[in-house]
Amino acid sequence: MKKSVFLGALTVASLVAGAAAAATLDDVKARGKLNCGTNTGLVGFAAPDANGEWFGFDVGVCRAVAAAVLGDPSAIEFVPTTGKTRFTALASGEIDVLARNTTWTFSRDVDLKFTFVGVNYYDGQGFMVPKALGVTSAKELDGATVCIQAGTTTELNLADFFRVNNISYEPVPIETNAEAQQQYLAGACDVYTTDASGLAATRATFEDPTAHVVLPEIISKEPLGPLVRHGDDDWADIVRWTLNALIAAEELGITSANVDELAANPTNNPEINRMLGTEGNLGEMLGLPADWAVKAIKAGGNYGELFEKYIGENTPIGLARGLNAQWTDGGLMYVPPFR
Amino acid sequence: MTTVSDAPKATFRLSMLIYDTRYRSMTIQVVALFAFMLMAAWLINNTAQNLAALGKPIDFGFFTERAGYDINQRLIDYSSNSSHLRASVVGLLNTLLVAVLGCALATVVGVTIGVLRLSKNWLVARIMTVYVETFRNVPVLLWIVFFMAILIENLPPPNAFRGADPAASMLFGDSVALTNRGFYIPEPLFSRGLGDISIFGAFNVSLELLAVLAMLVGGFFAAGLIRKRADRIQEATGVRPTTWYLRLGVIVLPVVALLYALGFYLGYPALKGFNFQGGIYMRNSLIALWLALSFYTAAFIAEIVRSGILAISKGQTEAAAALGIRPNRIMSLVILPQALRVIIPPLISQYLNLTKNSSLAIAVGYMDITGTLGGITMNQTGRELECVLMLMLVYLVISLIISVVMNWYNNRVKLVER
Repeated sequence: MKKSVFLGALTVASLVAGAAAAATLDDVKARGKLNCGTNTGLVGFAAPDANGEWFGFDVGVCRAVAAAVLGDPSAIEFVPTTGKTRFTALASGEIDVLARNTTWTFSRDVDLKFTFVGVNYYDGQGFMVPKALGVTSAKELDGATVCIQAGTTTELNLADFFRVNNISYEPVPIETNAEAQQQYLAGACDVYTTDASGLAATRATFEDPTAHVVLPEIISKEPLGPLVRHGDDDWADIVRWTLNALIAAEELGITSANVDELAANPTNNPEINRMLGTEGNLGEMLGLPADWAVKAIKAGGNYGELFEKYIGENTPIGLARGLNAQWTDGGLMYVPPFR
Repeated sequence: MTTVSDAPKATFRLSMLIYDTRYRSMTIQVVALFAFMLMAAWLINNTAQNLAALGKPIDFGFFTERAGYDINQRLIDYSSNSSHLRASVVGLLNTLLVAVLGCALATVVGVTIGVLRLSKNWLVARIMTVYVETFRNVPVLLWIVFFMAILIENLPPPNAFRGADPAASMLFGDSVALTNRGFYIPEPLFSRGLGDISIFGAFNVSLELLAVLAMLVGGFFAAGLIRKRADRIQEATGVRPTTWYLRLGVIVLPVVALLYALGFYLGYPALKGFNFQGGIYMRNSLIALWLALSFYTAAFIAEIVRSGILAISKGQTEAAAALGIRPNRIMSLVILPQALRVIIPPLISQYLNLTKNSSLAIAVGYMDITGTLGGITMNQTGRELECVLMLMLVYLVISLIISVVMNWYNNRVKLVER
């Protein structure tokens, strides 16, 4: 029995380790599908609709990558991951790219051996409480029961915040956003804490969103972005520059509506021409067709379009651009030049 | 068939390894062993190489690093500044807690149901059949989630207890509060306590608990001596002295005296701030997991008990009755000792199952060792292989310990053949 257990362990282990350091681009092309790790369901960021089609801000990034690499934004296998399963899924090769509101941190980048390709949402951790509690500041939460997704940076921030402020709390670890919602609405926890964007998205699904408030304290920096495995820089470049293309497209005024026209009739702006493949050979350098960026932008629109469509102020989630505006509008979205 | 007069000289040819039945089995075993070792070596090598290629060689150093996360249910001191090792131990103790509670409740419920299923009362027997079939034919994970959902959705939140005309009220003279965050029950406190004793500088064990446990063990030992004395008198004279009050006395009186000396009193939970404070807080994750595991396993234990009792032929009961033994003594002296022989071995595997099933705690956020070491620690450190190997080792050791203890008990009750 001992032996078989040990063998089993090694089999699992070798499966985990087996998929490392292969050329991801070739794998994806051979498979004809991009395996994209997403949230198990967070409205606005990644959630399936009634037909099982995935939609959302994070999903948009995956669709753009699939369009750039395979020419088809629907050639995706979505793998829903929880806060705890996501890294194992990526490290084991089960998914090619993880786009799941994941915070870029030192240890995840360096120690966990992942490569964050950029930031698609600058966020921070907030607290949501029922209005009826009459709480106005997170520092009044002494002794409160707090629902928290296990295995996230928010869990560590929470521990630090309460320890530094010398107040106590009762953590209730939960796996998914849906579970948190159930416990929070039933009153099994007083507070739900996660990234402020996630709180807004969750609150939008409540029957009466106005009965809940997000407290003013933002206790951390949470730069959220897609990530890939360490060791395959070519693949990381593809995902990084697809994301950059979406952000640059907004800056340059390329939208899903006018991208075909701009690609057909080269403009006076050489950067647009280089990005859309009518000048130079950026696509070839990435190992992709010349019109990779055209397809990526057509998949769901540029960064601004994705934002407005899924989480912007006209959606139930109602997030303002804030830090996520273009640098020209006073935000942090600033991509290196396409040159 | 000819008889060879001379024993053949030891002329060993290589082909004999296959064609000679004396060597063949050995050859096959050696080849199989080599193949197995090769495969194991290949797996280990493959793992090590791939991990090295990934830049993550096997390293258990993370155990001493700061964990950084909080755990709600902790039987020993723990804070987010403690190490991952300590977080794992906290998780291990939580696993053991739910396993011990689960095995105890599953045995009690299982034996009751098993005996009642043999009842001559048609309704009782059928109800028990329904219980067994429902519980053992639905996956335990669903039961756990189901119990959790019941607790969360049906019980009132703590703030329902607030105000002049609260929607909910505490039970048993304001001593027990059932909320959708868990149950608050009174806790034992001591006004003249003895303090704690530190073991290896790592754990604090309350001296009061140790003293009470020592008294209890001593009491049971003394009760055993009294019973043996009664046996001797019965063998010598044929008359069994009535000893139950003596035996009860030596168990209960010293404990009561000790509790009085320590200034025992109960601390009641009271609503303060967001939650109840004081008392023992049993989180609903613990309760849901405990009840679901117990009731699920109890269904299997009921069947084991039923089979054990049915395995004893009716003649035994009738023979004992013919000797003039009273019915309850027939059960304890004739039926049960024989039934236990049939019951114990499968019961061991039910205990093992319950312990291993407790790793489903993750479904309700109960922080057992799968939740700490195999969950958050693994996630924060990214040491998947190391954590899973340690986790497997821990469950293996727990299971083997349960097996050893139960086998020892089995050897005590099994048929002694003379």
